[in-house]
Amino acid sequence: MLSLGTGGGKASKASFVSYVTPEEIKSEKEPPKKNKHPELLPGEVVFCSANPILKFTQDDQSQRGVFGTLLCTNFRVAFVSDEEEDAAQHFKNRLYGEHDIPLMCVDSIYGGYDDKKKLITSGLVKNKSPNKMIIHCKDLRVFQFCLTFTKEEDARKIFQGIVHHCLEPKSLKCVFAFSYSNIPNPERWATTTFDSAEDWNQEMKRTRGWCKIVTGNENFELSQRLPQVFIVPKAVSEEDYAKFQGLGLPIWCWSHHTGCALFKASSVPMLQEDTVAQAYMERMLNDVAQNHLYSVKTEDLSETLPSIQEIQLAYTKFKQFFLIDNTTDFWMSDVKWFSSLENSGWLDIIRQYLQKAVEVVECLEAENTNVLIMEEDGTDLCCVISSLVQLMLDPYFRTLPGFQSLVQKEWVAGGHNFQDRCNHLHHKDKEQCQSPVFLLFLECVWQLLQQHGPGFQFSETYLTVLSDSVHVPVFSTFLFSSACQRVSSIRADSPQTQRGALSCPAVWDWSVQFDRKAQDFFINPLYAEKPVKVVKKSHRPKHQRQLSLPASAFKTPSKKSFFKEETDSLKKMLRLRRISRWMLSPDSPQPSTREFYEAWLRKPLDYHGLLLPCLSGPAIRLWVQRYLRWLPEVQVFGGGAMAVISRLSELLAQVQELKQQLEWKGHRQETNHRGVPAHLQPAVRHSSVFPFASSRNWSFRPVIPTNVFQSLLVPDSLADQDDEYTEVVSLV
Amino acid sequence: MASASIPAYSSSPLENSSSQNASRESLRLEPLADVALLPGEERVTDKDIIYICPFAGALKGKVFITNYRLYFRSNDVDPSVILDVPLSTIGRVEKMGGASSRGENSYGLDITCKDMRNLRFALKQEGHSRRDIFELLFRYAFPVSHGLQLFAFLSQEKYEENGWNIYEPVDEYRRQGLPNDKWRITFINEKYELCDTYPTKLVVPYKASDEDLRRVATFRSRSRIPVLSWIHRENQAVIVRCSQPLVGMSGKRNKDDERYLDVIREANGTPKLTIYDARPNVNAVANKATGGGYEGDDAYQNAELVFLDIHNIHVMRESLRKLKDIVYPNVEEAHWLSSLESTHWLEHIKLVLSGAIQVADKVSSGSSVVVHCSDGWDRTAQLTSLAMLMLDSHYRTLRGFQVLLEKEWISFGHKFTSRIGHGDKNHADQERSPIFLQFIDCVWQMTKQFPTAFEFNERLLVVILDHLYSCRFGTFLFNCESVRDANALRSKTVSLWSMINADSSSYVNPFYTVESSRVLYPVASMRHLELWVMYYIRWNPRIRQQLMSLPVIKHLLAPRDEAPELCEFLFRESKLLSKGPFGHSLDLILLTYFCGWYE
Repeated sequence: MLSLGTGGGKASKASFVSYVTPEEIKSEKEPPKKNKHPELLPGEVVFCSANPILKFTQDDQSQRGVFGTLLCTNFRVAFVSDEEEDAAQHFKNRLYGEHDIPLMCVDSIYGGYDDKKKLITSGLVKNKSPNKMIIHCKDLRVFQFCLTFTKEEDARKIFQGIVHHCLEPKSLKCVFAFSYSNIPNPERWATTTFDSAEDWNQEMKRTRGWCKIVTGNENFELSQRLPQVFIVPKAVSEEDYAKFQGLGLPIWCWSHHTGCALFKASSVPMLQEDTVAQAYMERMLNDVAQNHLYSVKTEDLSETLPSIQEIQLAYTKFKQFFLIDNTTDFWMSDVKWFSSLENSGWLDIIRQYLQKAVEVVECLEAENTNVLIMEEDGTDLCCVISSLVQLMLDPYFRTLPGFQSLVQKEWVAGGHNFQDRCNHLHHKDKEQCQSPVFLLFLECVWQLLQQHGPGFQFSETYLTVLSDSVHVPVFSTFLFSSACQRVSSIRADSPQTQRGALSCPAVWDWSVQFDRKAQDFFINPLYAEKPVKVVKKSHRPKHQRQLSLPASAFKTPSKKSFFKEETDSLKKMLRLRRISRWMLSPDSPQPSTREFYEAWLRKPLDYHGLLLPCLSGPAIRLWVQRYLRWLPEVQVFGGGAMAVISRLSELLAQVQELKQQLEWKGHRQETNHRGVPAHLQPAVRHSSVFPFASSRNWSFRPVIPTNVFQSLLVPDSLADQDDEYTEVVSLV
Repeated sequence: MASASIPAYSSSPLENSSSQNASRESLRLEPLADVALLPGEERVTDKDIIYICPFAGALKGKVFITNYRLYFRSNDVDPSVILDVPLSTIGRVEKMGGASSRGENSYGLDITCKDMRNLRFALKQEGHSRRDIFELLFRYAFPVSHGLQLFAFLSQEKYEENGWNIYEPVDEYRRQGLPNDKWRITFINEKYELCDTYPTKLVVPYKASDEDLRRVATFRSRSRIPVLSWIHRENQAVIVRCSQPLVGMSGKRNKDDERYLDVIREANGTPKLTIYDARPNVNAVANKATGGGYEGDDAYQNAELVFLDIHNIHVMRESLRKLKDIVYPNVEEAHWLSSLESTHWLEHIKLVLSGAIQVADKVSSGSSVVVHCSDGWDRTAQLTSLAMLMLDSHYRTLRGFQVLLEKEWISFGHKFTSRIGHGDKNHADQERSPIFLQFIDCVWQMTKQFPTAFEFNERLLVVILDHLYSCRFGTFLFNCESVRDANALRSKTVSLWSMINADSSSYVNPFYTVESSRVLYPVASMRHLELWVMYYIRWNPRIRQQLMSLPVIKHLLAPRDEAPELCEFLFRESKLLSKGPFGHSLDLILLTYFCGWYE
C-alpha cells in the first residue's frame, strides 16, 4: 500500500499481518519453532524445509510479512504460515494453497543480496547465499521470502533445494504426475478425448464430413508424428500415409456444413528439384481439393504469422509488466502503460492470429473452398488457427464440454508439444523451443469471449484457470511432447513409469482442483442458451450441402471426364493460389477480410451462428483478470465484471423464485426453494479480482496514484495560459 | 428518444442507417414525410446533395434543413444512410473547393461537429449551387451570431413532468441534513448582488454573518466565496467550493477570509483543513501575476494546501483535438495504444479522478476540505461533483444524478455557453473546452469500474452529451443562474430532464443494486482506464457495439415459451413487483420484456 500523497499515513492492514520489523524480531526471544507441514498429496514427499521464513506480504520496502515454514516437495514449493489461516476461501484449489507454487509453475527465481537482485540460473550458488528469495510464477504471482531469520545452514539448504528442483533439468519420470495416485472421478462436463476411432467417427458425423478414418497407426507404425487415429481426405491413397513419415499428410480438422473442410499438415522439407516431394504435395493438394467441389486454398502459416520464437519473445516482454513486486514500480510503469503494452507486441500477435483465423473462416464460409493450413511441425500455429476457426464457426465448441473436446482434438490428440513449449523439464537445449502457443490460443479465445459474451458457455475464469493448469504437474493433458509419448507413458509396459500404468487424471476432471461450488465460476451466466423449441428461421439454410453437387456426381463417368479436363488448369490455379498470399502486405491499411467482416456485421447477430472478432485497435484488449489479478493496486473493491455476474445470478435466482411461485399458484404444490448460490450472496462484496487473490486485504482506503504529474508533457504555451483571458481583477 | 443519439444504439451497423421505408422513399413526394419533426420545428430548405461518407464513400441523397436539424437520407444504397444532426452540434461550416476545382466531389461543404465527427457534402459545381445552402446552414447553425433565437426557445415540446423542478436547492440541502447548528442557508445572493455567477441560495457557516460574507467576497476571484457543497451525514465533514484567493504579487492577506476558513474547519472539529487547489503548483504561482494565487502557509495556519495538478481548459481542448485525430474518421490501427497515450486524454482523466478520490477519501475520514481552481467553475466542479458521486449514493440514482448536474454544474455557474459556444460561429474561441465532457467521461469510467453501483446506464450519459450541444432543451444553456433568470429560461424552454424522466426505463441499468452508504473508490490507474469507445468512436460502423444489451438479459431472464403465463402472473402481482423484494431494475426488465412480448 502506498502512502497517501497528502501525508495521510499508511493505510491500515488486515489483522493477520505481522507488524514486526526485523530489528524487533532480533530482540525478541527465538520465535516459536513450529515445523508445520501442509497436507501432503498422495505420493508427495518433502525434500527440505526451513523455519522461520518471513514471507513479505506486499511491498518489500515495508518489510511486513508473515512468519512460517518454507518447504520444497516433489510437487511444490509450499509456505505454511505460523499464524491461523483464514479458512473462508471461495475459490480454493484442492491441490495447492494460495502460498504454494507447483514446481512447474515457477517461472524464475531471483536471489536478493541486500539491495541487489540477481537472476538465479542454476542450482549451484557460488558465493554466499542470498538473504532474500523472489519467485516469479507462471501464473504471475510474485513471492518474496526473507531467509535471514532462519539458521544460515537451513537457509542455504532451502534456497538451493528450491532452485535445484525448480530450475534444474529433470527427466519426465521425475514429474510429480508419475508419483501422484488418484482415483478418477466422473467428469462433470463430458469431454470427448479423441483417442478412439469412435470419437473421430462421431465428430465426422456431427459435422457431416465425408473423409476417411485411418486406424493403422495404433502402435505408431506409420509415423510417430501422427496420432493413433486420424482422418484424411477420401482421395488419399494408403501408400501416401507414411510417405514422408506423415509429413505433408493433410489431417482433417473440421467440416463446414456445405461440405468443404479444414485440413492441417506439416510441411515436407522441399529441396529444389525434389520432384518426388513436389509431386507428393501436388497429389495431396488434389486429394484435399476433391473433398468438395474441387477447390482448395492453402497457406503456409509460418510464412505469414509470427513464429513461435516471436511469440515467446513478445510474451517474455509482456509478462514482465505484471510481475511487479512493489508499489513504486507499479505507479512508475503506469505512466507509459499503453505504449509499453504496445511495444511488447503481444496484443498485435493476438490480432494477427485472429485475423488469420478470420481469413480461413472466410474461405470456408463465404467461398466454400477446402482449406489446407501448413507449418513446419503442423502442431503449433496450425493448432491455434484450426481451433480458432472452429470456435468461430461451430457453436458446439463454445459450450464448456465442446471447448474441452476441441482442446483434446486439436491440441492433445493433435500432438501439440506441450512438454517443450512449456519446457516442463527445464532442458537447456529446449529453451529455444519454449513458447506459450497454447496460452496465445487461450488469449485469442478470451478476446472472442469478451466481444461476444453471450455466445460462450464458459467464463473467463474458466480460461484463466485452464491457463494456470498447464503448469500443474498432476495432469496428463499438458505433460507430453506428442501423442506417441503420451500413449507410451500411459501404457503399463513403459519404462517411464515407476509402478505400472500412469494413473494421473486429465485436467478436465475439475474436481481434482476445485469443489463443485468453485466450479460454478466456470459457467458464464450471460450465456444465451440455444432455445430448445424453435421454428428455424435461420437466414442460412442448414442443409445447404444438398444444394451443392451431390457426392455421387463425382462418380459418374461423364462428370469425371469433366473434372479431368479441369484438373490441369486447376493445378495451375492451385499453384497460383499458393503463391498469392491472402493477406495483403502488412502495411496495407485494409485487411482483405474487411468486406467479409462488414457483410457479417450487417446481419443480425446470432450467438449460435458464426461469430467474428472485431480487430480494430480498441477492440483487442488486455485480459485483465488473468494478468492483473494479483496486483493489489488495481483491485476495485465492490466492482469489476464480477459485480455484474453476482448481480445477474441474483436476478436469475429471483426469476426462478417467481416462476416457482407461479407454478405453486398453478398447481398448489410445494416446490423446492432455491435461493441465490451462497458464494454470490449480495451481502458479500467482492473485489474486481474475485475469485482470485484473497479478499482479506480488503481496504476501505483508496489507492491514490503517485507521480502522475511528472509524466504529462504538455506544450508549455497552453499549460501556462490562464483559464480565462480575463481582465485583471479590479479588486486587487 | 433523442434523435441524435439513435445511431449509437441502432442495431444496424451502418451509420444511422435504417432499412425501413428506404425503398418506398423514392416514391414519395413529400420531402420530410418520414422525419418526425419536433413541435416547433420548421422546414427551411432541402436539396439534392452527395454525402461523402468516410465509411461507405460518396452517397447521393437529399439533405433537409429545418430550424433544428440537418437531415440527410441517401437514395442509392440499401439500407439507406441517414444523418440526423441537430444544427447546434455544428461547430464550423466551411466551403470546400472552388468553382474551378477539379476532381470528383471536390466542390462542397465541410462541416465540423462538436460530437467528434465531420461531415462532407459535395454539390454540383454549376451555378453556385452551394451558396444558398451554405448561407442557410450558417445562419441556422449559429443563430446567436445572427440575432436569432436558439431552438430551445422555439420548441413547443410538452412533457408530463416538468424537469425544471428536479432540483430544489432547499430540498437538496434538507436531504443532506441542512441547515443544522453549524451551517445555515443564506439568501444574501437572492438578487445576485454578492456574486453574479453563484446561485441564489448558499450554505455557509452558521457563525459567519452576511457582513462577513461580503468581506470574504472581496478577497475571492469574482466573489465566488467558499460555500458548502456537501456534508457527510455521520462525521459532518464538508466539501466547500470557491475560487482562488486574490493574493496577487504582493502576497496580500485578508483576515476575514482566514477567519472564515477557520470557522469552516471548526464546524466539525477538523484539526487541519485541507485545501485542494486543482491546478498544478506552477500555474497557481503564475496566477499571482494576474492578482490571483493560493492560500499561503503563513496566512492559513490551520490549513494544508495540496495541488492536484490538473491542467487548464486549453490543455484539455488540445488533448481532445488530438483524440479526434486518431478516432475519426478512421481509428488509428497500427499504433493504437501509443497514439492513444500521446493524446494524454486518459492521463487527464486519471488526474481528475485521482484528485476526486483524494477529496472523497479526506472527507470520509472526517476532515473538511476546500476545493478551488482559478475561478471555481471548471476543475472545481469536476472535483466536487465526482467526489460527491463517490461519497453519496443518492447521486448515483437516475434522479440524483440530475440533481448533481443541476447543482454543482448548472447552478454554480459552469460556463456552458462559453465552453460549448452554443449557436456561436466563432469556432476558434479560446474559451471553448470539453470540461463537461471530461467529467462525463470520468463518470463513465466509474460506471465501468462499478457496474452495479449506478442506477443509470451509459445511454443516459450519451444522451446528456448529445443535448449538451443540441440546444433543444434549456438545461445546458447560458453561463450562470442570473443570466438564465434574465432570459426566463425556465418558463420559455423545456428541461432535458422532462424528456429523460418521461422515458426513464430506457436509462436504467439493469444491474443496479441499491446500496445506500457505500463509498466508491475507483482505481485511477491506466490499467483500468479505457477509452469510451461507445461515445468517441460511435460513428464508426466497424466498431461493433459491444454493449451488454438488454435483449440478451431479457432472453436470459425468461425463456420465451414460459412468458405468457409468467407475464400474467407478474401483472397480477404488480404490487409485489413495485414494492417487493425484487427491486426496481428487475421490475423494469421484466416489464419491458413482457410489453415487448405482447406487441
